[in-house]
Amino acid sequence: MSRIVVQEDRCKGCLLCTTVCPVDIIVQSDRFNASGYKVAEVPEADADKCTGCASCATICPDVAIKVYKTPKKKKGE
Amino acid sequence: MSEMNEKLVFDRPKSVIDRATHYCPGCHHGVAHRLVGELLDEMDLAEKVILTTSIGCSVFLYNYLNVDAVEAPHGRAPAVATGIKRARPEHFVFTYQGDGDLASIGMAEIIHAANRGEKISVIFVNNTVYGMTGGQMAPTTLIGQTTTTTPAGRCMTHEGAPIRMTEIIASLGGVAYAARGSLDNVKNIRKAKKYIKKAFEFQLSGTGFGFVELLSACPTNWKMTPLAANERIQKEMIPYFPLGVFKDVSEEGGIC
Repeated sequence: MSRIVVQEDRCKGCLLCTTVCPVDIIVQSDRFNASGYKVAEVPEADADKCTGCASCATICPDVAIKVYKTPKKKKGE
Repeated sequence: MSEMNEKLVFDRPKSVIDRATHYCPGCHHGVAHRLVGELLDEMDLAEKVILTTSIGCSVFLYNYLNVDAVEAPHGRAPAVATGIKRARPEHFVFTYQGDGDLASIGMAEIIHAANRGEKISVIFVNNTVYGMTGGQMAPTTLIGQTTTTTPAGRCMTHEGAPIRMTEIIASLGGVAYAARGSLDNVKNIRKAKKYIKKAFEFQLSGTGFGFVELLSACPTNWKMTPLAANERIQKEMIPYFPLGVFKDVSEEGGIC
């Protein structure tokens, strides 16, 4: 299961990441960070849909997203 | 145990300092900084870079990139970079300038540095306004665009037409590489990184002047949400400022 980690104190809530996610799982949360921005998040229910493509991190202007990718298991493993 | 074989595939490049930027939400300066930082890491240049920064929102670039930097007077980054490169040719010298800096007050410096074929690289961030000073009209402001100094929209007969810098630079003899990219979607960002890499390579090989224009958004001064501003690049800017490589001497057989 691939996943992203949003560094919440850096996120400015611009939501550019939500426009590029191929599986549309990034949304704006209800939480505010210390700067007063509503940060982006992947809801728990959708977490397993992340493909680890890193599109969100590529467009993030604040380098607030880390991407962890888990390689798909090969057949027979 | 999927967690055990997961790999960190995207993280902050080493050359980009881990610090919150002063940019507004949705400003593409951060993306441009990161692309430059990634390339400095990948090409192992960080230790030999002398960055020349400009005036504008990018004025604090030296706080965000972990390299040696010189702050040039408004628009004069190519002139300062010329001096640095000629005095220290073993260093890698690039400038990072906005459209208010490069295309208006710095027009003389950029044109002559390019025409002399200085062995420097220029990153030109075009967001069609003076960002830092409050959104006044820049030479690149599109026709009809409302700014604080053109409240009724830029008018062709009154204020003239937006300048297409990359086309002008590409027409000059000393230029090795001139390209225009955009930072509005993942595909364009990846392409823009390739353009910057090519420009950097032309400096490393001593071929000549490299110029990369990056179309970017300024949501605050365009008075738009970050998402609407991002869309405006595709809808309004790219039709007037076409993307692509406008000059590449390696394809013209001009390298000797």
